[in-house]
Amino acid sequence: MAQNPNPPAPTPRPSMARGSTARIAVNVDGTDHLDEVEPRLLLVHYLRDRLGRTGTPIGCDTGNCGACTVDLDGMSVKSCQVLAVQADGGRVTTIQGLAAPDGTWHPLQRAFHEQHALQCGYCTPGMIMAARDLLTENADPTPEQVREALEGNLCRCTGYQNIVRAVLAAAAELRREGAPQPRSATANVPRTSGQEAPA
Amino acid sequence: MTDQLTSPAAGREVGRARTRKEDARLVTGQTLWTDNLTAPGLLHVAILRSPLAHARIERVNVRSALEREGVVAAFGGRELAEGLGSLPCAWQVTEDMVLPDHPAVAVDEVRYVGDPVAVVVARDRYVAADALEDVWVDYEPLPPVMDLEAALAEGAPLVHADKGTNRCYTWPLASGDYAAARAAADVVVHRRHHQQRLIPNAMEPRASLAVPVPATGEYTLYSSTQIPHIVRLMMALTTGIPEQKLRVVAPDVGGGFGSKLQVYGEDAIALTLARRLGQPVKWTESRSESYQAQHHGRGQIQDVELAATRDGRLLGMRVDLLADMGAYLMIITPGTPLLGAFMYPGIYKMDAYDFRCTGVFTTRTPTDAYRGAGRPEATFAIERTMDELAAELDMDPLELRRRNWIGHEEFPFTTVAGLTYDSGNYEAATDRAVALFGYADLRAEQRARQANADPVRLGIGISTYTEMCGLAPSRILGSLRYAAGGWEAASIRMLPTGKVEVITGTSPHGQGHVTAWSQIAADALGVPFEDVEVMHGDTRVAPQGMDTYGSRSLVIGGIAVHEAALKVVAKARTVAAHLLEASEDDLEFADGAFSVRGSPDARRTIQEIAFAVFAAHDLPEGMEPTLNAEHLLDPDNFSYPHGTHLCAVEVDTETGAVKVRSYVCVDDVGRVVNPMIVEGQIHGGVAQGIAQALYEEAVYDDAGNLVSGTMADYLVPAAPDLPDLVTDRTETPATSNPLGVKGVGEAGTIASTPAVVNAIMDALRPLGVREIRMPCTPERIWRAVREAAASGEESAP
Amino acid sequence: MIPAKFDYARPQSADEAVRVLAEAGPEAKVLAGGQSLLPILRLRLSFPELLVDLGAVDALRGVRQERHDLVIGAMTSHHDVVEDPLVRLHAGLLARAAATVADPAVRHRGTLGGSLAHADPAGDLPAVCLALEATMVALGPQGWRTIPASEFFVDYLQTALRPDELLTEIRLPLTDGWGFHYEKFQRVAQAWAIVGVAAAVRLTPDGGTIAEARVGLVNMGARPMRAHLTETALAGAAATEEAIGRASTLAAEDTHPPTDLSGSAEYREHLARVLTRRALLAATGAA
Repeated sequence: MAQNPNPPAPTPRPSMARGSTARIAVNVDGTDHLDEVEPRLLLVHYLRDRLGRTGTPIGCDTGNCGACTVDLDGMSVKSCQVLAVQADGGRVTTIQGLAAPDGTWHPLQRAFHEQHALQCGYCTPGMIMAARDLLTENADPTPEQVREALEGNLCRCTGYQNIVRAVLAAAAELRREGAPQPRSATANVPRTSGQEAPA
Repeated sequence: MTDQLTSPAAGREVGRARTRKEDARLVTGQTLWTDNLTAPGLLHVAILRSPLAHARIERVNVRSALEREGVVAAFGGRELAEGLGSLPCAWQVTEDMVLPDHPAVAVDEVRYVGDPVAVVVARDRYVAADALEDVWVDYEPLPPVMDLEAALAEGAPLVHADKGTNRCYTWPLASGDYAAARAAADVVVHRRHHQQRLIPNAMEPRASLAVPVPATGEYTLYSSTQIPHIVRLMMALTTGIPEQKLRVVAPDVGGGFGSKLQVYGEDAIALTLARRLGQPVKWTESRSESYQAQHHGRGQIQDVELAATRDGRLLGMRVDLLADMGAYLMIITPGTPLLGAFMYPGIYKMDAYDFRCTGVFTTRTPTDAYRGAGRPEATFAIERTMDELAAELDMDPLELRRRNWIGHEEFPFTTVAGLTYDSGNYEAATDRAVALFGYADLRAEQRARQANADPVRLGIGISTYTEMCGLAPSRILGSLRYAAGGWEAASIRMLPTGKVEVITGTSPHGQGHVTAWSQIAADALGVPFEDVEVMHGDTRVAPQGMDTYGSRSLVIGGIAVHEAALKVVAKARTVAAHLLEASEDDLEFADGAFSVRGSPDARRTIQEIAFAVFAAHDLPEGMEPTLNAEHLLDPDNFSYPHGTHLCAVEVDTETGAVKVRSYVCVDDVGRVVNPMIVEGQIHGGVAQGIAQALYEEAVYDDAGNLVSGTMADYLVPAAPDLPDLVTDRTETPATSNPLGVKGVGEAGTIASTPAVVNAIMDALRPLGVREIRMPCTPERIWRAVREAAASGEESAP
Repeated sequence: MIPAKFDYARPQSADEAVRVLAEAGPEAKVLAGGQSLLPILRLRLSFPELLVDLGAVDALRGVRQERHDLVIGAMTSHHDVVEDPLVRLHAGLLARAAATVADPAVRHRGTLGGSLAHADPAGDLPAVCLALEATMVALGPQGWRTIPASEFFVDYLQTALRPDELLTEIRLPLTDGWGFHYEKFQRVAQAWAIVGVAAAVRLTPDGGTIAEARVGLVNMGARPMRAHLTETALAGAAATEEAIGRASTLAAEDTHPPTDLSGSAEYREHLARVLTRRALLAATGAA
């Protein structure tokens, strides 16, 4: 992953940042961004409309479809359910930051292609990001565990069968390659301790 | 030219599970969804929609919206209507069909919750959303019209008062003497089936981006549509923009399932605003908005009667259909239920068929095509009722089907509905499915559970379906009073380097045409798969086309590609003969090269010929310097995929919960171009059919509010909610096209709904349950079981 | 859909958050994980003037044991609740139920305190905390106070928290050695529970008798509730299928379940009885 090893520091601010805009510093797919945003700006609109990172689509307004899933500080989140200001100081990985710097696809991207796990492809970025989250926690999931892990991501084309196949295939490939790929530079933060959980 | 690739099985590409060319951009996020696109000076549109099902609009006041910083314009319906025609309906199904005016933004009256009443335009999409709060509309409520039967009663409140009736049309089809068949029958089974309204839920909500060039009056409309060509024609007619000045582009489109087979008001709104403001405008739908603003599917009440002899021979079928049109007629709203009219007899032989459909206006979102469009409803009706007849006759439902289906030796067979099925082998598909399913073992387990009074019952559901694919022969569409034809266009450009551009009139949005058409073209031309580029979805690039719906793309559009390629080869043959100084008849074409029979060294590849034609130094007398070719294909007949789906469910009679335990589908879609794509279509289709059986319904309250109004309330199943399918195929080639293909886009959806509901009924029938309504929710099942128990109908185990 | 405008504050401490809330008055809303709040804002069902984001208040996150209590910071995510070894050991029912909340991405953001303060009776965790007899710790301008779960949930989406108070911690008595089960009945995986039943059972040392049973009911009224009659019937009862079955028939007494798209009140009452029996049997088997 093309990422800066040092996450950007949250912008210093008065403790109460009232007013029409707020200043944020976010690293997206390895690039640092400083921006002035309305507090109500959704992270997904920040990515798409402000940064032009349109690889992450929007499929609903209730948090059900998961098409907009990205990684925020080492965890999958639905970027339409997070405000851009909440990502201040954070590190976002989208589907567009998943391939290696030389362009080599992530094993999940390869597996989705090889297993025909997408048709229209609209849910695919979110599916892949959600699956990546699963494989970071569970390198060898059962088909049922894959289905459970993707419960927050809707697909209307595939009936999910090939998506499950693809995730299992990618998991096998990642196991063959050795340790699972870190989900981000912050992936070594212990996830079971509440103290270090991301904001 | 019969020595070319006449046998598709001999091809290197057709039949091969090629991974898709489409995927690279999609898995890396390098996508071109309409909402991703922008243009200099882009303005954003937001649409205010009616919160009432039916009301007179007294006043629309946009003044405060215009005062908001960042707002550029705001219009009510009356102001927007100037120069804008009614939204089109292309299917006047009967001469006396009632066709109401349908403004893109309501002018005098709103007729469903979600009917547009005003538009605002702002420099920012957030500001446009805010400005909707500033628009004030005064409504005088009118009574909603929600019940199909009540709507037809004398004195019922009217959706369109000026039309004097809520009846849109009544359309009959009769064949044979049903009254005589009924009189002669030992058994007559009648059932009323409810096809609940469904929301298609393509994952990409719609968006429209209209970009004007004011100086020349040219417009480009980017729209998330399945039908860019039809949208272009209809927008030209609706907005008055001359057709030649209007380009329509369907960029990446995230699914459709019929929901984007539509000419929506929002496209007209975007073009109108772009024309008025001289700047690009974009409208992007939210999901909740789409639930009100995109057409819905299904919405029918089916009264079905089967007449049969005691030994299970079908004599006749009667179908009386009430179809909910919703508030307006959209592009094929009235015709959608009629697409099923010919399919109610399914795969069965019978003597008489009596069909009638009445379209009814209600104050709901309009209905139109949703995956299968009329045919899932028809298949559900026949397959569900066949099971009820089997129960009535105390006969295994598979056996009843065997006694009535068309034998494989009887094809071509003209059905009682007047269609000629060209080919099929129902025996083979059923035998294969039964073997994969373990039918006998599951029946034994079912009996054991029943004997033990197990609270969890097992049920087996059968669906032996066929469908009518490849819409459609133009002459048939004409006879059905549809406004357009059903042909498809393809052209092939041979580039000087020998690479190939295929231009197709189909407009894929997930189906994989780029890959499949590459396979077809590569085989016919003898070029590598990788050398073929397929272009589509832009009326400037692909000027002719009838687009993608009704499982038509492969059987018409794909065959058109094949035929165009054969024309290229024919031209190349002439050139090759000239260059090789041989007679055309002495040339063989194999692996992309022409050679003279008997002298294999005398050889020219098609790439060499392409360059020779480009150079044009030495062409046959009178030949134009091009190998390019075009083919417009108008099919002679539909195609008829079929198959057998078997479903086993476990029903928890205490809670009403249903679990699909196993599901086997054996489909016969003829010859297969890409088995991986075919399997994917079946998977997704079955998922949508299961969703109708178990989960989904657009629920309205009596006041006309869409209660299941967000994705949190309308239950689109996720991965844990669906089973792993066992899929297999039999292959009975279609005789109606040279590749023997039949189409697969809707098969899974058509087959699966009755399979699941039949399984549930099979589990519950011994408890005395007679009917269950879709979606088969836990509560409905629990109530059905409880009521049956209360009436003491449980049969002895 | 797009939220209406609001102001935004990100205090660094709980004290500061309380000050901000007090200054802002009743039109301020606390933003915890945002997984219920964001959809409400996007659908424009709520128009707060100020969001007070607790995301920077690190002290509100984490799990610790204090003598006989497990103390969970209000901003601890569902994900962390599920994974936390102390929660698994001492309040297994909570970990079990939290694992069924929505989906993984929502569990990464959504917080225990947020769920409880939102007080949706269809939420899984309010009924669990009620059954576990949790104590809510609230911080207000006048300082700390504790509110027993039985008094915390007041009505539909209403808690005993005052507008200027912040839920900071959830204290759970240790339930080591209890058997527990969470039975959630839903139509699709990501739907809310039509009815959920959280059961915890403590057996006598010989294992033959139920010393104490707790049953929390999800979506059986305007607020989470306990099946008191069932609990009473089981106190001291034999740990048998028959006794549990009999007691479970009382599970829907005094409930007032809603009728909505997922089910009628009558069906919910039936489900409450069936699911209570199943949950108690599983909990007893695990005790």
